[in-house]
Amino acid sequence: MRLPLRKAFVIAWKDILSESRTRDILSSVAVFALLTIVIFNFAFEPGSDNVELVAPGVLWVTFTFAGVLGLGRSFVFEKEKGCLEGLLLCPVDRDVVYLGKMLGSLAFMLAVEIIVVPIFLVLFDLPLFLPQLALITLLATVGFVSVGTLFSALAVNTRARDVMLPILFFPIVAPVIIAAVQASGLALEGQSWSTMSSWLQIMGVFDAIFIVISALVFEFVVEE
Amino acid sequence: MEADSSAIEVKSLTKAFGKQLALREVDLQVKGGAFLTLFGPNGAGKTTLIKVLATLLRPTTGTVRICGLDLSEYSIRVRREIGLVSHQPLLYDDLTAYENLQFWGRMYDVHHLDERIHNLVAMVGLSSRLHDRVRTFSRGMQQRISIVRALIHNPSVILLDEPETGLDRYASSMLKEILQSLNAEGRTVVMTTHNLETGLEMGNEVAILAGGRVVYQESKRRLSLASLQEAYHRYTGATL
Amino acid sequence: MSRILLGISFGLMMAALYLVFIYVPTEETMGVVQRIFYFHVPVAWVSFLAFFVVFIGSILFLWKRDEKWDMLARSSAEIGIVFTSLVLITGPIWAKPAWGVWWTWDARLTTTLIMWVIYVSYLMVRSFAVEESRGARFAAVVGIVGFVDIPITAIAITLWRTQHPRPVIFEGGLAPSMLLTLIICVAAFTLLYVYLLLQAISLKQAEADLGKISQALRG
Repeated sequence: MRLPLRKAFVIAWKDILSESRTRDILSSVAVFALLTIVIFNFAFEPGSDNVELVAPGVLWVTFTFAGVLGLGRSFVFEKEKGCLEGLLLCPVDRDVVYLGKMLGSLAFMLAVEIIVVPIFLVLFDLPLFLPQLALITLLATVGFVSVGTLFSALAVNTRARDVMLPILFFPIVAPVIIAAVQASGLALEGQSWSTMSSWLQIMGVFDAIFIVISALVFEFVVEE
Repeated sequence: MEADSSAIEVKSLTKAFGKQLALREVDLQVKGGAFLTLFGPNGAGKTTLIKVLATLLRPTTGTVRICGLDLSEYSIRVRREIGLVSHQPLLYDDLTAYENLQFWGRMYDVHHLDERIHNLVAMVGLSSRLHDRVRTFSRGMQQRISIVRALIHNPSVILLDEPETGLDRYASSMLKEILQSLNAEGRTVVMTTHNLETGLEMGNEVAILAGGRVVYQESKRRLSLASLQEAYHRYTGATL
Repeated sequence: MSRILLGISFGLMMAALYLVFIYVPTEETMGVVQRIFYFHVPVAWVSFLAFFVVFIGSILFLWKRDEKWDMLARSSAEIGIVFTSLVLITGPIWAKPAWGVWWTWDARLTTTLIMWVIYVSYLMVRSFAVEESRGARFAAVVGIVGFVDIPITAIAITLWRTQHPRPVIFEGGLAPSMLLTLIICVAAFTLLYVYLLLQAISLKQAEADLGKISQALRG
C-alpha cells in the first residue's frame, strides 16, 4: 500500500480507538436516531398502507440529521485539544488527513446504522434481510461523509458552528437523499436490482466526484 | 549539518490576517545548534512567527528556509525536521500516553518506535504512567509527554511557544534541563517566553519581537539581565 | 467603458419592454400572465450564469491566491442571489394563474431553490468566519462544491419527477415573434448582469484600496 495512504488508515484507526474508549458520540447519535424514528411514528397513522410509502423517507431524514450531529463532533474534539494543528504538523499531504478523518467518520456512521436500521425495520414491520438496503446505505453514507467531513472542518472554524454545518451540508447532499429514499422504497418493496440501478449510479457518481473534490480543497479549509 | 550553517533563515517575512499585519518584514537568522530565546509583549507576533516556522501558517510575502529548504516548496520534508511544543499539548485525552505517542510516531514514520517511546518517556520521568489515559495527567505531565511527542521523530529544530505556561516549578526545571541537553546535542532551539530570567539562563542568543518586527538581536555573551531589561523597555515601552 | 455598457443595456431593456408588452402576441392558453415567461427565463439563465462565474472565480482564487478573483466570485454571488430570488418569485406568480398551483416540485424550480440555498450558505460562510481572509477561502470552497452539486441535483430531481408526474410547465414550440422577444430579453438581462458585476467589483476594489491606504497611514 502506498505509504501516504497507510497514514490515512492510521488517522482513522486513532479516531476509532478514541471513540471506542468512551462511545460518547456513538451512543448519543444512535439514541438520537432512534428517538427521531419514534417521533416520526407519532406523525403518521399506524396503518399498513402508509408505512411502505413513508418508511424510506423517515429512515433517511433520520440519518441525515443524525449524520450532521455525528459529523459535527468529528472535528470539534480535534480543535479543542489543538490536535488539528498536530495533524497539520505531520509530514503528510492534507488530502491524506482528509481521507483519514473521512474513513473514521464512515466507520462511526456505519456503526450507528448497523444498530439503527434493524430496529427501524422491526418498528415498521418491514422485511429484515435486504442486501440491497445494505448497499444503498453504504453508498449514501459514503456520500454524506465525503462532503460532511469537509464541511465539518470548515464549520468548526466559524462562529455558529452548530448551525453552519447543516446549512452547508443539506443542500449539497440533496441528490443523495433523493436517491437513497427512492432506492430504499424500491428495495423495501422487494424489487430487483435493475429497477434501482439509476439511483445507485447517481449515488456512486456523487461519492466518487465529491471524495475527489473534497480531498483537493480540504487544505484550503484547514490552513490558517 | 555543520554548526555554522543557518538552520533557520527568515527574509522579509510578512504575515497579514486580512488587513491586520501580524509580522512586518521580519529578518531573522538562527545558526545550527543555537538556542534563541524570543521575547516580546502580547500581540507582538511571537506565536505567529513560531507558527510560520512550523509550517502551520503561510507567509503573505517573504521567504523562510529551514535547514536550507524553502518552506513553501518543501513543506513535507521540512516538517520532518521540526518539533513543536505549544500551549496546547496536542494529545488525545482518551488514548493512553503510549497510544498517543505511537500514533504520532507512525505519522512520522519513526523506526524502532516502541524502543524510542520507552526511552524518551523515561527521560521525562513518566515511565510508570505510560499506559494511563492522558485525561488523568496533570498539566505538567501532559506538557512533558508533549515534549516527547515533539521529539519522537528526532527533529533537528525544536520550536517552543511559551512552554513554561502553567507548569509548576518541578516541571519547569525539568523542561530547562531537557532543553539544555537537547541543545548540547546540536539541535537548534527557538523558544518564546515572557520570563526574562529563565530565557537568559537557557539561551545563547536573545531577540526581541515588537509590533511584528525583530527589533533587537544579540548573543548572550554580550548581555546581562539589566541590559536586556533596559533594551526591552526601550523597544517595547514595557517592562518584564 | 462601463458607460457604453450601461447605455447598451438600457437600450436593450427598453427594446425588451416594448417587445414583451406591445409587440409579442398574447399566448393562447395562458393569457396575459404568460408574459412573465420573458422575464422568468432570462432571469433564470442569468442566475445560473452568475453561479458559473462564482465557480470559476472560486477556483482561480484558490489557485492563484489573488484577491481580485475573490472579488469577482463574491460580486457574482451577490448579484446571483438577487436574480435567483427573482426566479423563485416570478415562478409562483406565473404558476398560480396559469396552472392553479403556487409551487410545483418540478425539476427546474426545485434545482433553483437548492441553488438559492447554496448561494445563501456561500454568503453566510463569509460573515460567520472568524477572520476575513479565511472566510473568503471558505466561500470559495462552497462555491466550488456547490456548483458541481447542481447538475447532479438536477439529474436526481428530474429522475424523481418522472416517476411522480405533476403539472407540467409549458413546453410547447415558440412562434418566431416569441423567440425574438425571448432572445432580446436574454441579451438585455445578461448585459445588465455584466454591468452590475463590473460595478460591484470596482466598488470592492475601491474599498480594498481605501483599506490599504488607511493601513499604511496607521503604519
